[in-house]
Amino acid sequence: MKTNLNIKNRVAIVGAGLTLFRRRMLDTPKELAWGAVKMALESAGLDIKDVEAVVIGSAPDAFDGVHMKGEYLSDGSGGIGKPTMRVYVGGGTGVFTPIAGWWHVASGLFDVVIAVAEEKMSPAQPHPQYVFKHIWDPIIERPLGLNLIWIFAMEMHRYMYRYNIKKEDVALVSVKNKANALDHPAAQAAGKITVDDVLKSEILVWPVQRLDISPVSDGAAAIVMVSEKIARRLTDSPVWVEGVGWALDSTHWTNRDLSYPKYLEVAARMAYKMANIENPRKEIDVAEVYDPFDYKELHHMEGLMLARKGEAPILTKEGITQRDGDLPINPSGGLLGVGNPIAAAGLMKVAEIFWQLRYEAGKRQVKKPVYTGLAQAWGDLMQVGTVIIMRGG
Amino acid sequence: MTKEIKLYGHGLKEDDLKRVILIEDKPSAKYSWSAGTAMSRFLLELKEGRIIGRKCNKCGRILIPPRMYCEVCFRPTDEWIYVRDIGRITTAVVSYISADRARLEKPEVVGVIEFEDAPGSGIFHRLNIKPEDVINRSAFGMKVKAVWKPKEQRNGSITDIEYFEPVKE
Repeated sequence: MKTNLNIKNRVAIVGAGLTLFRRRMLDTPKELAWGAVKMALESAGLDIKDVEAVVIGSAPDAFDGVHMKGEYLSDGSGGIGKPTMRVYVGGGTGVFTPIAGWWHVASGLFDVVIAVAEEKMSPAQPHPQYVFKHIWDPIIERPLGLNLIWIFAMEMHRYMYRYNIKKEDVALVSVKNKANALDHPAAQAAGKITVDDVLKSEILVWPVQRLDISPVSDGAAAIVMVSEKIARRLTDSPVWVEGVGWALDSTHWTNRDLSYPKYLEVAARMAYKMANIENPRKEIDVAEVYDPFDYKELHHMEGLMLARKGEAPILTKEGITQRDGDLPINPSGGLLGVGNPIAAAGLMKVAEIFWQLRYEAGKRQVKKPVYTGLAQAWGDLMQVGTVIIMRGG
Repeated sequence: MTKEIKLYGHGLKEDDLKRVILIEDKPSAKYSWSAGTAMSRFLLELKEGRIIGRKCNKCGRILIPPRMYCEVCFRPTDEWIYVRDIGRITTAVVSYISADRARLEKPEVVGVIEFEDAPGSGIFHRLNIKPEDVINRSAFGMKVKAVWKPKEQRNGSITDIEYFEPVKE
């Protein structure tokens, strides 16, 4: 039984586009957005004149050094003269953008909407890490000179300690995702690496080493979201958005047990209920979970209830999360392999599930038959979860 | 979308990354933040070498950092409670890099300390423990105590505590 939601329009994704993901692109943010939107429109067989509204996603303004990122991106996104808005929930933005696109269409307000996410991390000098200095509590944390990798290292170490997880088991995620990305045309950090390579890479903040982390990236992604009547006209293989969920926890991250992302469970339960999913481990055929660090893939599998607490490393070790496994996770190559232009990386994951459910992923196509897929993103002060569930036609 | 497809975009090469005209623009962005009704008291108590929290009598939690509201029960907190400056390490890491990713000469150990008298309430701080104890995970659960700056050097900041260091059980 469906959840008690009064949804006017069923919502379908009918096209997706991506740019290359690279450490630094010559292209401006506007040009990147344009490249992704153009490809998405062409793949949907639509023209910009058909688009009624645009939702833009982009992470902190400080990366670009341009405030009003949504307004700035409006022309390249195809949004001028239209109801256009920008959404932002930190690293969770990339999946929150299509969630906002979903309610634009589900509400009955619009029939054709573009969701586009763009990020250029490269302008920030000397390193984009520095920009994150401004996300901490100014009174109690900033005087201690916190940096971003510290807090993720603290979460990773707590998780590893709680479930007695070895570093080499976490490293398997990086090995898998970088190898998967070899088949992805946008990939920035694909490669055949070994667990040993990860363990021997530069130690940044123990337990985080260089190959545990996704790279700094520029890039953009876009999808076209339409109402059912338009979808039926356009394609025989629409991909339906069947569930959305999102949740925030407090910024008081030192007041919660970092070993489990409870807020993600809340978001997942909302999406599962809407999509009528009772047993996610059995009913989700393929998932793109947020993997800016290798441990995050494991952490998120557990928060999404695709694995029991502490079980994700075991499933990974058994090969279940490989492309030919029973529960393929991040067949695209994820952020670790394809790259991490923050908001664009999350939307890239939604695009990958779109291609997987249409059997259009080429060499990346997972082996098992796929009907239901999930994409998820995460961010801010380890406090936001965004989830979208899609089904093939 | 297969590997053969040609995507939009012009990636730059490693050398290109250095060929930039850097526009230096230092905005004079200075802020005087309000510490707030709860945190102001907390900071004044730090100056006296004491740690104080706010208790919610409904859920029983002692909140540190203190808030005038309980975000779970969504009601005003009820009273100020002093807690000992003793806690246990719930997580710890060893940093070999600075905030802008430069290598540090001497690694720095930081972590979260959960106060013995306020279960669930922890703060982030520096730890004076050996990196090996973090790497071998013996730091987890370790009992630590605040080491305070001399009184005349304290100014009502979280840095009035120099760091936390192990105490005998």
